[in-house]
Amino acid sequence: MKPLVTILAAILTIGLSTTAQAFCGFYVAKADTSLFNRASQVVLVRDGKRTVLTMANDFEGNVRDFAVVVPVPTFIERGQINVGDKAVIDHLDAYTSPRLVEYFDPDPCMVRRRLEMSQDMAALPSSKSAMEREARSQGVTIEASYTVGEYDILILSAKESDGLIKWLDDNGYRVPRGADKVVGSYLKQDMRFFVAKVNVEEQKKTGYTYLRPLQVAYESNKFMLPIRLGTLNAKQQQDLYVYALTRTGRVETTNYRTVKLPSNMEVPAFVKTDFADFYRDMFARQTAVENNRGVFLEYAWDMSWCDPCAADPLSAQELRSLGVFWLADQSNPRKISPPGAQNVFVTRLHVRYDREHFPEDLVFQETGDRQNFQGRYVIRHPWKGEASCDVTAYYEEVRKRQEREAQQLASLTGWDIDDIRARLDFPGDPQPDKPTPWWTRLWD
Amino acid sequence: MDIRARLQDPRYYQIAVLGTLVAYGVLALDFGIHLGNAIMIVAAALLAQFTGTKAAGLPRFDPLSPLITSLSLTLLLRTDLAAVAALAGLIAISSKFLIRVRGKHVFNPANLAIVTLMLSSDHAWVSSGQWGGAAIGAFALACLGFIVLTRAKRAETTIGFLGFYALLLFGRALWLGDPLAIPMHQLQNGALLVFAFFMISDPKTTPDSAVGRVVYSMLVASLAFAIQFVLYRPHGPILALIATAPLVPVIDYLFQGTIYRWSRYVSDSPASRPAHRVKGAY
Repeated sequence: MKPLVTILAAILTIGLSTTAQAFCGFYVAKADTSLFNRASQVVLVRDGKRTVLTMANDFEGNVRDFAVVVPVPTFIERGQINVGDKAVIDHLDAYTSPRLVEYFDPDPCMVRRRLEMSQDMAALPSSKSAMEREARSQGVTIEASYTVGEYDILILSAKESDGLIKWLDDNGYRVPRGADKVVGSYLKQDMRFFVAKVNVEEQKKTGYTYLRPLQVAYESNKFMLPIRLGTLNAKQQQDLYVYALTRTGRVETTNYRTVKLPSNMEVPAFVKTDFADFYRDMFARQTAVENNRGVFLEYAWDMSWCDPCAADPLSAQELRSLGVFWLADQSNPRKISPPGAQNVFVTRLHVRYDREHFPEDLVFQETGDRQNFQGRYVIRHPWKGEASCDVTAYYEEVRKRQEREAQQLASLTGWDIDDIRARLDFPGDPQPDKPTPWWTRLWD
Repeated sequence: MDIRARLQDPRYYQIAVLGTLVAYGVLALDFGIHLGNAIMIVAAALLAQFTGTKAAGLPRFDPLSPLITSLSLTLLLRTDLAAVAALAGLIAISSKFLIRVRGKHVFNPANLAIVTLMLSSDHAWVSSGQWGGAAIGAFALACLGFIVLTRAKRAETTIGFLGFYALLLFGRALWLGDPLAIPMHQLQNGALLVFAFFMISDPKTTPDSAVGRVVYSMLVASLAFAIQFVLYRPHGPILALIATAPLVPVIDYLFQGTIYRWSRYVSDSPASRPAHRVKGAY
């Protein structure tokens, strides 16, 4: 009887483990923004009316061709503009990425410590700014002009959109067709235009081979991101990542549905090698399920910790560099935070948008929700060691689990269920001999 | 009591629609409704109604109105604390008994609870964008069904508000040169529909005369629009309703009408009528 009891106990562990082990998985892979083309990244720091916007810049090409036109809600003074550090955005991207964790079944015949493995993937550089607008430059209703870092920046306003469009045209900015209406709409809503191009001399002095992110701090009731200009000449859908850093809680869109990305799903072991494809196809599938109108929540977490960690939480210094201005409050002896607490909540939103499905700019609100959420996918490796007892019942359980995982994967990604089944690696099957590589005897 | 007469009470239909929405929200949409919070709201609201009924010496405990208020609260209010949910139910229903002018309560109960908690605590917020397109379509149909079923009785506020608000949105789009897809998208908002059909429509807190109701609905729509698109703050309609509620007694003074009684649909039983006449219904 004894072996049977042990097997039952093992199966029970497997059955319960989804929740029981929820916080002791090891991070093995993450899906960062570089998996998506045409993706832009924006960090939005917001508390009350104060906002700090950081726009990642992945412009590739001759820097002389680079220009960006961004509607901003207020006049911007020189001190409100800064050039940030790309590495911090990459770190934030890595920290908040959807992650894959793996567990190994214990020997069904012996209760042994679980073997655990981890494999880290270096943060990959990420993607392209949707707000970038190629243009060639030259000088209108210029409210101000500054040189900040490698950028020449103009703050423009106009009475009429025609004047501004004409000025941009005359000055070599390639304004997309239909922009006059959108520009006119923003002007009537009292928005200014922040126009930046690269100062080649200054850029050489910086020694950087890439363009650093632009940062703008302003105070406005408007908690929004203007996406309309970016949809004008884009034929395809674009990806946008918004990392919101707030004091109170999770950020969501008020004019589009914010949906949690399916998470904590068990998927077949081979997803480990195909994680990028898995995440890409799952995201595509989920946007289709939401009729291309959803904004996806990929991460919501208190910045002071993570579990499992795809990357360490950002340091106070990094957060300050992104504009988290209230961190200075911690030096105030009257307002002491508990040790380790950053008093910063991060929300990662991923939206795939086009003009048809996202006619309006994204409008956000901060909620009081501090519940942690992460895109997390779980691999459970069956026991593959020598069995010292009858493992029929364990194998049966594994088969059921693998079938469940295969169906889950098919429904998440839209992949063909038979293809998935064919790739399942069942421990009870005779292991096929590894084919001898063609080059084995090449130099004999 | 005759069941058919009872079922003519439009509140049964409201409860059915709101209940379906809550169930759909919990089961299918996963838009942040916690069952525990819903139970807390309902329990607190019923308790407040029961206590209020006793204290005011009303002849009959009526669970329908607190149920509608609870369901509206469940749909609109989000919180991470069960205590805040309970407080919402309590504030909402007790305000009906405590804040009264000329035999009517002044504030829409759910509205007062939401705004009070939202402005005073980080733990209460309204999620207005969390409805999918399909849900909004079905919901809009159900709401229209409600108007048809009640033969548009006292529906001036809903129709007036939605009509005027839509007019302002489309007017804004035309002025800005925006595509009409934008106001269309702004109208496809679940919270806006809950507000229009289940909050501002409340006959107890809207003016007594038809003209008054139309005037009132236009006031709410204008202020809601101003909050949303001039001040650029979220939750325009909800804030506008609370801000304009104290004007209802003034509008009632200007345009005379009859105080609404749910009981008109429910029963002609001699026991309940005089009491409702004297005190007004809660």
